[in-house]
Amino acid sequence: MHNHRVIPGFGLSLGFTITYLSLIILIPLAALFLNAGGLGPAEWWRILSTPRVLAAAKLTFGASAAAAAVSVGVGLLVTWVLVRYRFPGRRLLDAMVDLPFALPTAVAGITLTSLYAPNGWLGGYLAKWGIQGAYSPFGVFIALTFIGFPFVVRTVQPVMEDLGSELEEAAATLGAGRWTVFRRVILPALVPALVTGFTLAFARAIGEYGSVIFISGNLPMKTEILPLLIVSQLEQYKYRDAAVIAAGMLLVSFTLLFLINLLQRQLDWHKR
Amino acid sequence: MSISIQSIHKAFGNYTALDDISLEVPDGSLTALLGPSGSGKTTLLRIVAGLECADPGSGRILFHGKDVSEVAAGKRGVGFVFQHYALFKHMTIAQNIAFGLDVMPFAQRPKRAEIRQRVAELLHLVRLEGLDKRRPHELSGGQRQRVALARALAIRPKVLLLDEPFGALDAQVRKELRRWLRQFHDEINLTTLFVTHDQEEALELADQVVVMRNARIEQTGTPQQIYDEPRTSFVYEFLGEVNKLPDGRYIRPHEIELRFAAEEGVDVTGRVSHLFVAGPFARVSVVPEHGRRGELEIWASRDQVEEMALANGDVIGLHFPTLKKLT
Ligand SMILES: Nc1ncnc2c1ncn2[C@@H]1O[C@H](COP(=O)(O)OP(=O)(O)O)[C@@H](O)[C@H]1O
Ligand SMILES: [Mg+2]
Repeated sequence: MHNHRVIPGFGLSLGFTITYLSLIILIPLAALFLNAGGLGPAEWWRILSTPRVLAAAKLTFGASAAAAAVSVGVGLLVTWVLVRYRFPGRRLLDAMVDLPFALPTAVAGITLTSLYAPNGWLGGYLAKWGIQGAYSPFGVFIALTFIGFPFVVRTVQPVMEDLGSELEEAAATLGAGRWTVFRRVILPALVPALVTGFTLAFARAIGEYGSVIFISGNLPMKTEILPLLIVSQLEQYKYRDAAVIAAGMLLVSFTLLFLINLLQRQLDWHKR
Repeated sequence: MSISIQSIHKAFGNYTALDDISLEVPDGSLTALLGPSGSGKTTLLRIVAGLECADPGSGRILFHGKDVSEVAAGKRGVGFVFQHYALFKHMTIAQNIAFGLDVMPFAQRPKRAEIRQRVAELLHLVRLEGLDKRRPHELSGGQRQRVALARALAIRPKVLLLDEPFGALDAQVRKELRRWLRQFHDEINLTTLFVTHDQEEALELADQVVVMRNARIEQTGTPQQIYDEPRTSFVYEFLGEVNKLPDGRYIRPHEIELRFAAEEGVDVTGRVSHLFVAGPFARVSVVPEHGRRGELEIWASRDQVEEMALANGDVIGLHFPTLKKLT
């Protein structure tokens, strides 16, 4: 069977894709694993099971997951407001959503730190409630939410815009109340996009460095994230350790993202 | 349940979409809102459904004598079928149909087994047995339309509102569904109001046709009345092809009789400018002689055209048995 495709030359385009991916992704990753692969499984285990690495891993993946989850909530709310309501300044707000994408992460980090530091604007309030803003795992979570929620907004927004009002009206004429309409008609239609948004926010959070290092305070065992740990290993010329931690982090991330992707398949009724 | 629409007015900004609309839809009737696109049909249907509010201070909507103007859409007991079906894509066909029952308050909600039973009945009614586990994207347009109908009927509405129910379907399916809808309306004894811009559909299907134009009702009547006694030139022209004579009178293409030029009773003679035979019918275009402008279109039988041995350029006579003078 001969398929006519839009892009001519399947062989050529596949070849180009693979070459390109190899140059910018596969080869550097292979180098990473080669560097780490010189060590035996015992060495890997020794490096990865140190309390400092484990603590950093727990913080990185935990805070990233929490931040991505909150981003989904915040992102959904922001999207709802942007899509559903017409108010002065809506376009401005819409543009502001992209700021975390554009802002150098260091700038974001410094700004968030000064806001959430105990003597900062918001940190002061939090302190009254007994919550430490900056220099705590909570601070890491804040920074990761800041950079994560635009992903959710930008993936959910077009889907919500496409939903239109007919589905809701159909549900309303059938007697469904507002909450039922949201829960049974709107939300299910958004779930695939929300999962995608979660995945992007989560992936971005795991690798995030710039905005976190200022607000976290970088206390080993307490507020140190994996990317920072890798950098500090490099600074101590422990290239092997750094490579092993990086490779381990990569494997875990890949597994998680792969699982989420499988889940997504399950949810996406169009492709099933 | 009868519907009474009393001087309804609706504006979007400073655009008037409905201008003082009054209409009676008798209990058990099938009424068509017919008009060109933009004439306000959908808006009127949505106001009847409660999806849109008439302008404050304008008239009322009564269902069976009761004012429902302030009643929410979900409480009016209407089934509404949207032009583009508006099916819930993430639900199966059965779940779509059951939706109206599932969302009832606990006290009124039928038992699960009952809901299942009702869904099965509806699937049978719309002739989609066996498709209950499919999802909307796996169905054809005509099938989706019937799912939308079954979903609307699940709550046993007294009033069924359909917005261009067959608009997006191809001609064949459309004709089939049209007949089926008529049968089915009679079987379950609903009051149905449907929107269409297709005059053939309205004339074939409805008990009462309401012709709309520019936010107003142009004429209301049975299909016969509308077709035979159009009150305005707009209705005349909208209900099918028509010849407008230079003196302002109208005649439909099939009403003109072809004769030989020298025969008795010839009103006009003219030259055949175009002859087109398709199946048992023939379309003949004639340019009148003696200074009359314009071309007349005549639908005749193929037999007659062949009997008269008509050809392009022949001079023939035309007889006008009826002529209507309209404003
Ligand atoms: N929500 C709306 N906002 C503004 N204008 C509208 C809205 N709905 C309908 N209209 C306008 O009202 C007129 C009548 O629309 P509609 O009732 O949909 O006509 P029809 O169904 O006969 O094609 C159109 O000119 C349309 O642009
Ligand atoms: Mg319409």
